[in-house]
Amino acid sequence: MPGFAFIFKKAAISAFVALVLFSLMIGIRTEAGPTGQLIYWTRFGELASLVAAVFAGSIAIELIRQWLGPSGAANLIPPAMQEHLSTAGRLVAPALLIFTFLVPVIFYNQRYILDLAILVLTYVMLGWGLNVVVGLAGLLDLGYVAFYAVGAYSYALLATTFGLSFWTCLPLAGILASLWGVLLGFPVLRLRGDYLAIVTLAFGEIVRLVIINWQSLTGGPNGISGIPRPTLFGIPLTPGDDGLAALLGIEFSPTHRIVFLFYLILAMALITNWVTIRLRRLPIGRAWEALREDEVACRALGINTTTTKLSAFATGALFGGFAGAFFATRQGFISPESFTFQESALVLAIVVLGGMGSQLGVALAAFTMIGGFELFRGLEQYRMLVFGIAMVLLMIWRPRGLIGHRAPTVYLKQAQAISSDLVKEGHG
Amino acid sequence: MDYFAQQLINGFVLGSIYGLIAIGYTMVYGIVGMINFAHGDIFMIGGFIALLSFLVLVSIGLTAVPVILLIVLLVSMAITALYGWTVERIAYRPLRHSFRLAPMLSAIGMSFVLTNYSQVAQGARVKPVPPIITGGYMLHEGSRGFVVQLSNIQIIVVLTTVALLLIFTWLVARTRLGRDMRACEQDQTMAALLGVDVDRTISMTFVIGAALAAVAGMMYLLYYGLVDFLMGFVAGIKAFTAAVLGGIGSLPGAMLGGLAIGMIETLWSAYFSVEYKDVAAFSILIVVLIFMPTGLLGRPEVEKV
Repeated sequence: MPGFAFIFKKAAISAFVALVLFSLMIGIRTEAGPTGQLIYWTRFGELASLVAAVFAGSIAIELIRQWLGPSGAANLIPPAMQEHLSTAGRLVAPALLIFTFLVPVIFYNQRYILDLAILVLTYVMLGWGLNVVVGLAGLLDLGYVAFYAVGAYSYALLATTFGLSFWTCLPLAGILASLWGVLLGFPVLRLRGDYLAIVTLAFGEIVRLVIINWQSLTGGPNGISGIPRPTLFGIPLTPGDDGLAALLGIEFSPTHRIVFLFYLILAMALITNWVTIRLRRLPIGRAWEALREDEVACRALGINTTTTKLSAFATGALFGGFAGAFFATRQGFISPESFTFQESALVLAIVVLGGMGSQLGVALAAFTMIGGFELFRGLEQYRMLVFGIAMVLLMIWRPRGLIGHRAPTVYLKQAQAISSDLVKEGHG
Repeated sequence: MDYFAQQLINGFVLGSIYGLIAIGYTMVYGIVGMINFAHGDIFMIGGFIALLSFLVLVSIGLTAVPVILLIVLLVSMAITALYGWTVERIAYRPLRHSFRLAPMLSAIGMSFVLTNYSQVAQGARVKPVPPIITGGYMLHEGSRGFVVQLSNIQIIVVLTTVALLLIFTWLVARTRLGRDMRACEQDQTMAALLGVDVDRTISMTFVIGAALAAVAGMMYLLYYGLVDFLMGFVAGIKAFTAAVLGGIGSLPGAMLGGLAIGMIETLWSAYFSVEYKDVAAFSILIVVLIFMPTGLLGRPEVEKV
């Protein structure tokens, strides 16, 4: 057991490193003055407190590490309790679902919570869509937001130019996004791992840059405004005589539309979930999982990896496109700012945090992430900083996600040891 | 023709900067096998530190420009190298033997951390710098009064790059550290068995890569006269494109790729459209990865089962 001197020495080194790192970046602050000349001032107080914080934090981490012992946190929960926990775990999904259905009833008068819930559900849907590509097929996609953008712009353009309704545009947006998915899928078929990630990232950026620069079509950085609101199959949710409230004979309230949007995105997310679960049991879903586990073995077994990958991209993009169309109709205004790389990273973080392949995990992760983001609403500039730190720490702490569940749907129940006699050289 | 010659010069200078960043990518990819996503942001941090140390030096009364530049160069290399070391120590080393996506995601997280750290620390606005090195040479005066110029700062950027490249090539080819690095690139386990300290070698790789990125950051600051917290992302992707184009893992390749990307970007901006220059760079990345994933000077990768 290392003594206090060791801990102190380690903390002192950390503090020194922090001092050098922060010396200029924190200790000195520069800004362009009124004449365009750079002016600067010192912030040694902040520098000192940051270094002190690193020193104290380093001691605290070391103490916690010693207290937990070498085997980590796994032995904190006794086995008997783990059994209870797993029983409780099976009840989580239905309980959550019932609660989600009741959210508009419980929080009917709290517009803020309803809006937040819609946002969370949008990310749940995006997470489930990306989960098909990343979690099931194992293809790391850093440009998922491109499909989200294609869906949103498809709906916005079709609706504002041709006056098509939301329900006509929704499938079109999905199909268009899906086509883009195939378009991206074709060239990247031969790539894997990191290269695939970087190409999808480049693709996402290209889509965003084209949206910014193709001003005549997309309105450029100004975006598209005045996107029509969705209707309940043709019945608008407006205060007018033909509105839903008038038809039902109840008093109009703007909350009706929010509640409608809530159930709309909930239905879309649940359809995504249902389709994914069904697909996992079909040959194509099995092929995706096989592809994720081992591409070479997959090819050796005669699985067509081309169609498998393309269908994964297309399915993921389809859901992304649906979510995009919903986003456009909810906001009523879209601009390229909503489709940056940060969004891709956020959705990817949700999928990875959720355990890459676990539907429930993704939903919980979306809730945690978006909820966590919301907590930092007042501190806009610290939000992404905290997000980045959380991403790094989570990767170190639980690289396989909070719910580390990546088991294939089918596997041999019993692992058989093969005797060395059978595989000796010279024998079949 | 004169216009073209001028663009070639500009492209060469920009390419040198990309090349310096690309070396960091290619070395790390060669040894650890991961894309150090935060490397572009290390370049940005290098630019900021050069700016801040420059301000400090000027305000304490130093006036000799060469002395200032030398001190700024050394200070920004040292501090940025420590950033590189810290990033590796915190975000990558614990994930050395994790599943393959973990370091990549950790690197993306680290990239966000660095970007937003500089935004929080230094504000979101662009920091303009008055030109520090002025003057230049007129190479050729064209018929319609168009002048092909080679400015002093361009000469300094190219000379510094060449000097660093020579030092670096010597380091990899002739020193103990370079031998360790090449050994780790081939087989980490075997290298460890033969007494190479793998962790230390990988750390040193990050340190050297970050120091070179710091030089690139400083050159960018001198050449373009501005830094901002977002410049790391796009520059990083372009430098990565350069590393891939040159053949990942190959040092001369990284430099060659950097020059190629710099040229293409400059010529594209000059003859087609400035708005789409990033689209052009990203498209090159995609095309290169699809049609020649081993790049110009890379070794073909044998697929092992």
